[in-house]
Amino acid sequence: MKPILEIQHLTHTYGIGTPFQRSAVEDMSFEVYEGEFLGIIGHTGSGKSTLIQHLNGLLKPTEGQILLGGRDIWAEPKKIRDVRFRVGLVFQYPEYQLFEETVYKDIAFGPTNQGKTGEELDHCVRESARLVGVRDDQLEKSPFELSGGQKRRVALAGVLAMEPEVLILDEPTAGLDPAGRENLMANIRDYHRNKGNTIILVSHSMDEIAQNVDRILVLKDAHILMSGAPAEVFARGEELISAGLDVPQITRVAMALRARGLDVDPAVYTVEALERQLLALRKGGAPC
Amino acid sequence: MNSIIRTDELRFSYTTAEGVAPVVLDGVSLEIEEGSFVAVLGHNGSGKSTLAKTFNAVLLPTDGQVLVEGMDTRDESLLLDIRRTVGMVFQNPDNQIVANVVEEDVAFAPENLGVPTEEIRKRVDDALAAVRMSQFVTHAPHLLSGGQKQRVAIAGVIAMEPACIVLDEATAMLDPIGRQEVLSTIHRLNREKGITVVLITHHMNEAEEADRVIVMNDGRVAMDGTPQAVFSQVERLRDMGLTVPDTVDLLDRLRRDGVDVPLDALTVEACAAAICAALG
Repeated sequence: MKPILEIQHLTHTYGIGTPFQRSAVEDMSFEVYEGEFLGIIGHTGSGKSTLIQHLNGLLKPTEGQILLGGRDIWAEPKKIRDVRFRVGLVFQYPEYQLFEETVYKDIAFGPTNQGKTGEELDHCVRESARLVGVRDDQLEKSPFELSGGQKRRVALAGVLAMEPEVLILDEPTAGLDPAGRENLMANIRDYHRNKGNTIILVSHSMDEIAQNVDRILVLKDAHILMSGAPAEVFARGEELISAGLDVPQITRVAMALRARGLDVDPAVYTVEALERQLLALRKGGAPC
Repeated sequence: MNSIIRTDELRFSYTTAEGVAPVVLDGVSLEIEEGSFVAVLGHNGSGKSTLAKTFNAVLLPTDGQVLVEGMDTRDESLLLDIRRTVGMVFQNPDNQIVANVVEEDVAFAPENLGVPTEEIRKRVDDALAAVRMSQFVTHAPHLLSGGQKQRVAIAGVIAMEPACIVLDEATAMLDPIGRQEVLSTIHRLNREKGITVVLITHHMNEAEEADRVIVMNDGRVAMDGTPQAVFSQVERLRDMGLTVPDTVDLLDRLRRDGVDVPLDALTVEACAAAICAALG
């Protein structure tokens, strides 16, 4: 697998030389591969937000480097704008950032700045609106007439329209109801399947991460605590819990079953997988 | 048991600029028992937040009535007494801070109620102790974490000594730790001080430990019962755009596979015990 982003010994320190000096990210190194769906989890203050703002050059490393496609993104500071087109960042509560008169114009803002015009621009706007489930008849509405969930889709479409190679989503489903969360994640999964682009999903919800990503990066106190496939990470459930993190409810059920002497895999994190294991155990006549 | 809040055929519709009036609450009749912990669930637009806002006269009924300890919320002369009885905590922690120092923020409501100074001091200290924020008395609220801010907001409500606290999606913007802080705080207040709690949420697992769960759908009460009774109705909840806790989902699947487990083992421990019992 080819890395698209390489984070090398990244350190970011706030308030240097003041009594409040604090490193939010400390000597962090990892790679993000082309086409990967990566999840980043960690509780508030673990350094997630600081980290992702480095990936498209919104923050400059205090030390270390970020390589995009093998090139240091700060090699030519004047070209940092190109990096922002290639790495799209969708902030938390992005609906607060809508500003245009119509949904269409709002989505078109990014690609217009990229220099897209005419047919190409129109195609881009409509295609990204479709990807996130914004209907054609909504394009001429004011974004402020839409519901909260729809506004968030419009904001997401605005970033997709720039066709970023890497899409970073910071808590995309925060504040949505269960159906809204599932719909939005389904749109994002479709986008990933169809485009094959790299996605980085930042979330507090272990369940959401567990159900969507190929690999998880767990952050704690400005460092990487764990990294691996969901099954590898959740197999270390006790460690996650003692780090103040949540594990999926199903993993906790599996842990409780093991504590009762039932031989289930502690790394299980979906309802379907645990169901299969329990049925297999029933066949084998395994007692508690 | 006495009911602290009662709604009779409560209807509510907003009036939009175009003059159309979408019906948000469509005949809700229910009673909230004194000292109980009630969770109200429902998808966005189900009317759950609107319902909560009628409980302390932030919104007034279009038709029907809401009684708070017998006081009709439409009677303007009772407004202060109603707000003193039912306190509200809202979603966004940053929108609820009014002062630069934690203790001043908590003192805001009792000051407005004309409580004597010595009494305010006592109430502020007690309220901050109740939410375990005493060590932050002189901190700046904007520098606290989301969960801590919401606990200060709850302390501000407690300082009014309300009989009931309504939390309108007060945990939606918090991380799991902040959410846990707020939940354990309100459970303790309910248990130790007997304060009635109405928790509006769309996180199913926050409702697991409530005494009672009310599910709103299309402006009406769709389900009303113990968490076990409500969450075991897997199909109905899904039809209303809600999910069930993963524990119930697992038990539901196992039942379809012919494993004899109950559907109402909501918590992780109860679920594991039920599975062991069935397989053992």
